[in-house]
Amino acid sequence: MAAVRIPPTLRAEVGGLRELEARGGTVGDVIENLLERYPQLAGQLYSEGELATFVNVYLGGEDIRTLDGLDTPVYDGETVILLPAMAGGV
Amino acid sequence: MANYRELLARVKEEIQEISSPAAQELLSSADAPLVVDVREQDEWEEGHIPRALHVPRGWLEARIEGLVPDKTRPLLIYCSGGSRSAFAAKALGEMGYEEAVNLAGGFTDWKRNGFEVTIPRVLSSEQRARYSRHLLIPEVGEDGQQRLLDARVLLVGAGGLGSPASLYLAAAGVGTLGIIDADVVDESNLQRQIIHATDRLGEPKVLSAKRTIEALNPDVRVRPYEERLTSDNVDRILGEGWDVIVDGADNFPTRYLVNDASIWHGIPVVHGSIFRFEGQVTVFSPGAGPCYRCLFPQPPPPELAPSCAEGGVLGVLPGIIGSLQANEALKLILDRGDSLAGRLLLFDALGTTLDEVTVRRDPYCPVCGDTPTITEYVDYVEFCNAPVGRR
Repeated sequence: MAAVRIPPTLRAEVGGLRELEARGGTVGDVIENLLERYPQLAGQLYSEGELATFVNVYLGGEDIRTLDGLDTPVYDGETVILLPAMAGGV
Repeated sequence: MANYRELLARVKEEIQEISSPAAQELLSSADAPLVVDVREQDEWEEGHIPRALHVPRGWLEARIEGLVPDKTRPLLIYCSGGSRSAFAAKALGEMGYEEAVNLAGGFTDWKRNGFEVTIPRVLSSEQRARYSRHLLIPEVGEDGQQRLLDARVLLVGAGGLGSPASLYLAAAGVGTLGIIDADVVDESNLQRQIIHATDRLGEPKVLSAKRTIEALNPDVRVRPYEERLTSDNVDRILGEGWDVIVDGADNFPTRYLVNDASIWHGIPVVHGSIFRFEGQVTVFSPGAGPCYRCLFPQPPPPELAPSCAEGGVLGVLPGIIGSLQANEALKLILDRGDSLAGRLLLFDALGTTLDEVTVRRDPYCPVCGDTPTITEYVDYVEFCNAPVGRR
């Protein structure tokens, strides 16, 4: 099981939770597991079947794009951070 | 019992001395000693030997180990005539400094020989009092405070982030603050935008901010820009010359505009953003680290843009994030510590947690990458049904 941090901008889609547990051997599997439960997240994370460019996913503090992308292996107890761009400053 | 003359003669027998011409030669050699000026503040202000360290005689023993921890480092000690520094050299020898040499004839003889003298830019007595807590920190000190007074910081937005950031930068004595904001003060701002006040409702934010800053610190010159940052004015405003940009914008088009312009103008950006209970801070250093587009190559589509969600924000959150931005800006000006370049700090006020993720420069970045594909400003479509920009 990996912990997945849900950013505030996506919490409405997961019933307000800040962190969820999800199952999967890779980052892609973990996200798929999440989408099975919260299908409405898909539009916020994917664009044309790929991870949207305005969403970053981190594993152990590293952007998965600098690792093996969605194929990056996830081990028990690791934390996946979903991070969409956020502009607010006022 | 010995009188002063006898005491001085005895001390001089126990220390090494060097003449001005010999010292001058030594200072231009490869193993130049560290010069220590032990005169009083008013004497120092009238001129000193270049690159000298100033420690008044009365503070010498108390401060020297903090300033010069390496006791094997050769020191050249001077005062105005060579007597006070003789006692200083003896004391340093007793403290274990292996080579504390006295300048015979002192600064008077140095000047008489026509050798180089530096006239320091000095803080006024009011500034010395105002910035005393900075002057006490070795990493800031008088040189650092002068750097702050000479510095120019441009703040994008006089809102939630710009309020605390500009207040702390002004209090720290950053000499020039440019502030860009086209809005007027609204009642709904006052829950968090602490640079404004109830009696400023309806007043342009830049003028309200200017008033607050000038009341806080008369050393600070505020350059207000009562306009919205656009591709038409960004070169004019950034071209006025800034050391650091503090980005507290409230929308994606401005964020990307600031990013692209900062790269082309070579100005580091301290980036902060907030939403509800969470904030992000990082530093983008053109040429040295990643930029905003390395982090997020392009903005989300308008329907997914959280900045327009009217999501609200906890009042204190911009205080925390804006203060972190001020901290980064001060460090960049002082050239001290480790900046947040390459690291994105994530703050969660609900859990009171601070996470950090790595941000790497993307060689394929459309703006700062090896083969840039964006070479002129992009006016993204405004979000939230605001006017549509041109491409």
